[in-house]
Amino acid sequence: MMALRERAMVSLQSVPSLPKHVRIQYDPVRQAFAVLSPEKVFWPNEISLDILRRCDGRSTVGHIIAGLAADYDAEQEAVAADVIAFLQEWSDKLLVKL
Amino acid sequence: MSEPPLPPIGMLAELTHRCPLQCPYCSNPLELLKANRELDTQSWLDLFSQAADLGVLQVHLSGGEPTLRRDLEQLIAGLSARGVYTNLITAGVGIADGRIEAFAQAGLDHLQLSFQGARPATTERIGNHRGSHEKKLETARRTRAAGLPLTINAPIHRHNIEEVPEFIDLALSLGAERLEIANVQYAGWALTNRDQLMPERAAVDRQAEIVAAARERLTGIMNIDFVTPDYFAIYPKPCMGGWARDAFMVTPDGTVLPCHAAQTIPSLGFERFGTRSLAAIWTDSPAFNAFRGTDWMQEPCRNCERREIDWGGCRCQAMAIAGDAAATDPACAKSPIHARMAMLIDEAQRAATVPSKDEPFVYRRIGVVTEPA
Repeated sequence: MMALRERAMVSLQSVPSLPKHVRIQYDPVRQAFAVLSPEKVFWPNEISLDILRRCDGRSTVGHIIAGLAADYDAEQEAVAADVIAFLQEWSDKLLVKL
Repeated sequence: MSEPPLPPIGMLAELTHRCPLQCPYCSNPLELLKANRELDTQSWLDLFSQAADLGVLQVHLSGGEPTLRRDLEQLIAGLSARGVYTNLITAGVGIADGRIEAFAQAGLDHLQLSFQGARPATTERIGNHRGSHEKKLETARRTRAAGLPLTINAPIHRHNIEEVPEFIDLALSLGAERLEIANVQYAGWALTNRDQLMPERAAVDRQAEIVAAARERLTGIMNIDFVTPDYFAIYPKPCMGGWARDAFMVTPDGTVLPCHAAQTIPSLGFERFGTRSLAAIWTDSPAFNAFRGTDWMQEPCRNCERREIDWGGCRCQAMAIAGDAAATDPACAKSPIHARMAMLIDEAQRAATVPSKDEPFVYRRIGVVTEPA
């Protein structure tokens, strides 16, 4: 028996990655990127896709936020709130590992 | 149809009707196909390849018991080579040593394992298979050891609805990422056994509370999908996400269907893969176009603000209860015969209090219902 798991909470130090059962894949039929997971297919918008792509198991959330703020020429604080909320939601659905 | 249909996203492949279990609510048709009617390996591989070309992103390998197909590794590898997300739906009984590892190596993405009960006696009684619970536990352990994500599927009815809290504990203890609490849909075998399977209203209400509380408590720990019972509903489900809208299924002999029970609609004829391409069947088949979109709808669906939320609900349930496949699903409170659902619940309660015969159910078996010549 494994120990009871706990809900993971996103922090700036978290290092997110996609679990093995979740993958980003280009769909040539619909000419869009799909996120494939058990029973569900998601069609992320450009920014969501950009966040998910940076969940590489090496970058911290703080690093991801800094990168996005630089690339989109946006305020780091505003980006931080959005990214943390997004990752918490995806972690809660077990689609992102922290 | 005014516009051409969008490409399908999902496909359910019933590789075989053979199964070691005899669950009285099986979603297979009453007329089960024997092994000699099953498509061969190459036909399935051709079908999967055409499905990928057409836009299918996920294939659910089911049955019957799909692991009875000795070529399952090959079929998974074929799908994996095309980048299709593969989900194996198994009863987890009698899978030979090393095979789950072989499925994982072939590229399997996810495994869904059914439990008929949270207690061994319930699992054995519902599936009519001695020792099945232990075998399922072992399958779950091997699945996790092979590094595969796991969903536990619990079909719910009168005889196990009180075990819902135990199903939640069981799924957690097995390390599952997902649990499906799936109230039985009354089509096919389940319709035959409806009076024996229908839960009581009080138990349904308790179940809803238990699931809601568990979902909250287990946020970020385990996902719980709740398939609510239609007969107790106010609105119908968007069955299959809408008829022929983004998914389809294939029977063991290659017949392509919009849903499990579509063959219970007598006015429809279905085509087999091989006689025409999958793309042609999906796009042009009269059976697929019969209830596509909203043009076919009658009142109250036709002008309902929910018509593109639930797509009129389940066509097969409309057929079974209203006697008209184009009627509003009687699960909907707006259906003129919605009250019949409550009457059927009451009838089932009365029937269930009558002392039962030797066998509590009509168990699912090949030949219980004879095939037409």
